[in-house]
Amino acid sequence: MLKDITLGQYFPGNTLLHRLDPRTKLVLTLVYIVALFVAKNYISYAVMLAFLITSVLVSKVKPRALFKGLKPIMVIIIITAILNLFYTDGNVLVRFWVFKITDAGIKSAVFMALRIAMLIMGTFLLTYTTSPIDLTDGLEKLLGPLKKIKIPVHELAMMMSIALRFIPTLIEETDKIMSAQKARGADFETGNIFERARAMLPLLVPLFVSAFRRADELAVAMESRCYHGGEGRTKMKQLKMKRGDYVGLTTGALLLTCVITLASFGL
Amino acid sequence: MSYIIKTEGLCHRYSIGTPFERVAIENINFEAARGEFIGIIGHTGSGKSTFIQHLNGLLKPTEGKVYYEGTDIWKDKATVRDIRFKVGLVFQYPEYQLFEETVYKDIAFGPKNMKLPEEEIDRRVREAAMFVGLGDELLDRSPFELSGGQKRRVAIAGVIAMRPDVLILDEPGAGLDPRGRESIIDNIKRYHRATGATVIMVTHSMEEIANTVERIVVFNKGHIEMSGTPREIFSRGDELSEMGLTVPQVTSIAKRLYELGLPVDPSAYTIEQLKTDLIRLRGGRRHA
Repeated sequence: MLKDITLGQYFPGNTLLHRLDPRTKLVLTLVYIVALFVAKNYISYAVMLAFLITSVLVSKVKPRALFKGLKPIMVIIIITAILNLFYTDGNVLVRFWVFKITDAGIKSAVFMALRIAMLIMGTFLLTYTTSPIDLTDGLEKLLGPLKKIKIPVHELAMMMSIALRFIPTLIEETDKIMSAQKARGADFETGNIFERARAMLPLLVPLFVSAFRRADELAVAMESRCYHGGEGRTKMKQLKMKRGDYVGLTTGALLLTCVITLASFGL
Repeated sequence: MSYIIKTEGLCHRYSIGTPFERVAIENINFEAARGEFIGIIGHTGSGKSTFIQHLNGLLKPTEGKVYYEGTDIWKDKATVRDIRFKVGLVFQYPEYQLFEETVYKDIAFGPKNMKLPEEEIDRRVREAAMFVGLGDELLDRSPFELSGGQKRRVAIAGVIAMRPDVLILDEPGAGLDPRGRESIIDNIKRYHRATGATVIMVTHSMEEIANTVERIVVFNKGHIEMSGTPREIFSRGDELSEMGLTVPQVTSIAKRLYELGLPVDPSAYTIEQLKTDLIRLRGGRRHA
């Protein structure tokens, strides 16, 4: 169960996509998401799908890993699809009780489901190919101008990287505590909802205790290395845009233009 | 000899289907007799922790079988849960699993899950606390205000209270000071003697198991490399050091003395053994 949570997980590799500057990847993902919402019809969706598939192929991330990431949000996708299916006006195909299914309904249900799935897979591709450190570095750089209006960009980025860093640790910890309590006969799988909630107690208490302990230790470790926020802090790894990044950004610009043009013709 | 627990061709692979896939243990054939005291040693990452989690059904083997008293523990779901009460597993740093308001309640967690009657639970909690050397006055305290060593005792008592036929402990002395470590090992020995349960203790400290266990199983890179009495294992010191393990300090001293020409037992593994040899030697010289 816990192993299905792949959010923020990085699959190391050395492909073109892995080597891109994190800023490029962040901008590309943003462009991709915008384009996904602009896309209206078959042809523009085909273009988006082609872009996603090419990126996945280039990244050498196994499609299975991407689909696995879809599992936890399957419910959302299905509910969205069903709502779209029944609440879109058009030529009625089937009618029963208060429900009716229209041709436009089917189309928008399929497109909606596809849109969410592609959205998730695209963003997962970003976290799969970018290490959390690179990701926050890129984010900090991109949001840098906001410092001018007193937004603590560095602190936010640091918080994000700590959070990302501790997701796998906490998952591992949860797994360990779960095993230890199972060894004492704890049962997390059966019973009604109240029994199950109660059964979580032997898991949650030690987990919180250890999370606080870790937070404490981390704070002491940071302080003893004289961490005092972002002011005057230099970076060992400087981000540099390379040729690949310009190619990537151009591709993104082309994609967006292409989809907007297609959408304006209703394609 | 009757075997209480046995594995056949046990294999386990982690993260199957991702770039992180790796073999943790491969083709493990292991048997433990009723009442035996076994030590498992191995380097970090040699697969010993993965292995012991198969013995009570926490991990499902990728290949191979685990038998408890001749029955495959994965036969059906009910069997697996039952096995967890018969094969008690104490994890590494078990104090991090404490959660109840009082020490008493925490130790009672296992027996309660076994659905035992109240009086039986009470008897077992007190007995388990006695085995690990926790005084009655501690039972009503919160486990979170105890010292590290006491927390560890509470956690071990929590497993002992289930009265398992097989007790498995993963590094019970890790992170404790020498005195605390020794005292916990003594408690485990006492439990073994008093109940006749099979005890399997995982460690990477030779000193810890040399004069405790009857048989040592050496893990290396996911395989069982050797298995035998402490004397047999420690006489193969060179092979052990190739695996990054050491023999007890006293064995290296005995070996060196032997190499220097003194007639001592080169594979003595307790201070007592070497001491007897040396005293005999000194007495012998005087009379010569």
